[in-house]
Amino acid sequence: MTVEPILVMQGICKSFPGVAALKNAQLRLFPGEVHALMGQNGAGKSTLIKVLTGVETPDAGEIRLNGQAIRPACVGEAQKMGITAVYQEINLCPNLSVAENIFIGRFPMRAIGIDWKTIEREATAELAALNIHIDVSLPLASYPVAIQQMVAIARALTTEAQVLILDEPTSSLDEGEVERLFQALRQLKQKGMAIVFITHFLDQTYAIADRITVLRNGEFIGEYLANTLSRLDLINTMVGREINEASYAANSSANASSVAKKPYVSAKGLGSTGGMHPFDLDLYQGQVTGLGGLLGSGRTETARLLFGIDRADSGTIRIDGQAVRLNSPRQAVRYGIAFCPEDRKNEGIVADLSIRENIILALQARRGIFHYLPKRAQSAIAEQYIEQLGIRTSDAEKPIGQLSGGNQQKALLARWLATDPKMLILDEPTRGIDIAAKLEIMELVKAQCEKGLAILFISSEMSEVLRVSDRIAVLRDRQKIGEIAGQDADEQNVFRMIAGAEA
Amino acid sequence: MKRLPATWRDLARHPLFWPGVTLLLLCLVNVYFNHSFFDIEVKSGHLYGSVIDILNRAAPLMLVAMGMTLVIATRGIDISVGATVAISGAVVASLIGGSLIIQNGVQTYVSNVPMPLAIVAALAVALLCGLWNGLLVAGAGMQPIIATLILMVAGRGIAQLITEGQIVTVYYEPFFIIGNGFLLGIPVSLYIVALVLAIMLLLIHRTALGLFIESVGINPVAARFSGISARALVFWVYAFCALTAGIAALIITSNVKSADGNNAGLLLELDAILAVTLGGTSLAGGRFSIMGSLLGSLIIQTLTYAIYSLGVPPEINMVVKALVVFGVCLIQSEALRTMLGKHLFRTGEAA
Repeated sequence: MTVEPILVMQGICKSFPGVAALKNAQLRLFPGEVHALMGQNGAGKSTLIKVLTGVETPDAGEIRLNGQAIRPACVGEAQKMGITAVYQEINLCPNLSVAENIFIGRFPMRAIGIDWKTIEREATAELAALNIHIDVSLPLASYPVAIQQMVAIARALTTEAQVLILDEPTSSLDEGEVERLFQALRQLKQKGMAIVFITHFLDQTYAIADRITVLRNGEFIGEYLANTLSRLDLINTMVGREINEASYAANSSANASSVAKKPYVSAKGLGSTGGMHPFDLDLYQGQVTGLGGLLGSGRTETARLLFGIDRADSGTIRIDGQAVRLNSPRQAVRYGIAFCPEDRKNEGIVADLSIRENIILALQARRGIFHYLPKRAQSAIAEQYIEQLGIRTSDAEKPIGQLSGGNQQKALLARWLATDPKMLILDEPTRGIDIAAKLEIMELVKAQCEKGLAILFISSEMSEVLRVSDRIAVLRDRQKIGEIAGQDADEQNVFRMIAGAEA
Repeated sequence: MKRLPATWRDLARHPLFWPGVTLLLLCLVNVYFNHSFFDIEVKSGHLYGSVIDILNRAAPLMLVAMGMTLVIATRGIDISVGATVAISGAVVASLIGGSLIIQNGVQTYVSNVPMPLAIVAALAVALLCGLWNGLLVAGAGMQPIIATLILMVAGRGIAQLITEGQIVTVYYEPFFIIGNGFLLGIPVSLYIVALVLAIMLLLIHRTALGLFIESVGINPVAARFSGISARALVFWVYAFCALTAGIAALIITSNVKSADGNNAGLLLELDAILAVTLGGTSLAGGRFSIMGSLLGSLIIQTLTYAIYSLGVPPEINMVVKALVVFGVCLIQSEALRTMLGKHLFRTGEAA
């Protein structure tokens, strides 16, 4: 194969205040190929794409398109060069018609006014080329997300793109829709277009990609042909450790005697359309159950189902042996379930309220509006947890938004411990927290578990999950694919399961 | 010497400081042009004076502003309160109606329907309006401004239907007490305001209502994830807001002894929103102050009074009002204050 790459990015560096997002990253795109850009969260995929599409200017490095050095300063300029991107969130106008969306900003003109006939004819033709046959005069919002995604792609194509970038286009599509998208991509490939495809779904990567580039921590790790790179190798390169069993000794063995015989929460066939495929999961008091899986594997979705945020449309939940329906967090709280969400800022803290108010919020919600905790009792509870969890603050009346991330997390932990829960779901409790606070929080979790709390622990850092969990449920592509007992779990095992090399 | 500025700064940071200062300045302007502004005299056992007059006239606005405060604190808005006033007013006026009957040579006033029943009916209709708004906002998830716009537009039509397109005059004297009567020398309307205020303060400070409303206003998702049923809360807050509008309608109708579907409570929603804003509650929701909204209502009424007593020609008094409100809002803007502070600090340093 002596095909020349159509686009070469080399030695790309980009720093944001405090972080080097890209360090010497590179990417080569060949005509007629789908190139998967892979990496964990924060690996620099998006930044690299932003540099390529002119959203960000690189600090160093060069981009060559057809052998010529280019330096797109804005999206429009990149588009003129033939580089277009379709982002995860569809950025079209839902209230405009499909045809208008495709041609917006470059309507063909007649002597007087816009040439609507041409627009509609060409829009229909463009979509037909992607095997989509719809009425283009209807508003975009009247079509399902998959079609909207296709319209976004059609729009990208009418700009005569040589390079098409798809940033997680499939995260909101179901399997049939993904297949339709892939068919369209295969057609484009045949026309010689270079396509960059970003996804967290491994199956999709292998279904469509010809070539894979892996980034990690902003650095270029390697470029591989998809058919020569095994799934396990791909995961290893993404995670960045030659995972060996010795480095992770069996974690603190589950104290079998302290674990309850019966599960506190038992889910059978629990699932939701568009969310999780039906799964079984038992959670025992006195045991930490970890959820292992890559980003997008359904870890948070599982937690949301168990906390009543998303409604399950199949399966049953039993709490303490009783069949229940969880339709709202309020109900889950009443059954003694607590949930520290992943997005601390938007789903956890109430920033303008004081630490005291944040700590007693869930307890007060559980007591109900008329059983008001007197201020003095509130302060006593807040002070108790500030001391017990080591929350560093001058006083409990400070707005919680002024605390550091680690201390906010501890305050959220306090919020739930104050309700005396039976089960605690921790979704990424250590994200964005410095290492010292991280260890403290892990210690707290362990200690609570020994006191008889059932804990569901979610983290994107597999080593962390392995360290605290007595049992790990492994997820892939929104499906639970198995469980591993804590003693047998090491990264090798878990990743092998995710890769599907082992049943 | 050093401590004094610190306490001053603390005082200036108090949420009610700027509304208070504004009100004080407006009063001073009034005193300057009308030296008897603060005079209160007793006439036939009733207190009379500009201040009493302002308080009495501000009563409906104060009531609606209190209800509006809770709605705004949950990140919402209710622009239908004026229409709700029109509906409630129409209901109470048509039910009472009343006529003068001379029985055995004695003049007696007779109402169509017993007055307590009419009042309960008017309040129930107001509550119904609020439940409708709450259903749209909390139940159907509509944007508050659009949801309440529906009733704002439809409400005056409904009021017209009730009054059959006429201005309904009330001839039942006992009803006039609500808007014009005095009790122990003080206008009855102020007792009503005080009662509603007391109930609200009790609910806010002796139950978790205040905490829940603020949580929902600041971060609805976090509030829901903490086990608060945010939807139910928002629903009842709209219901309560409409109820305050219903109470205001009683005072307004009683005061003018008639119900005019077209003009009763006209633009009241905007005054109420303005009062809440002047009182320091952010339209973005979250932290709120009932007392601030009361001060805001008084600012608006005092301003109106000042404009009239200064003899500003009616053609331009709206413009004057707008300018003052603009100025007050500027003073209250945190961003502007920091900017000015920086500027003053810099020039001070240069000198």
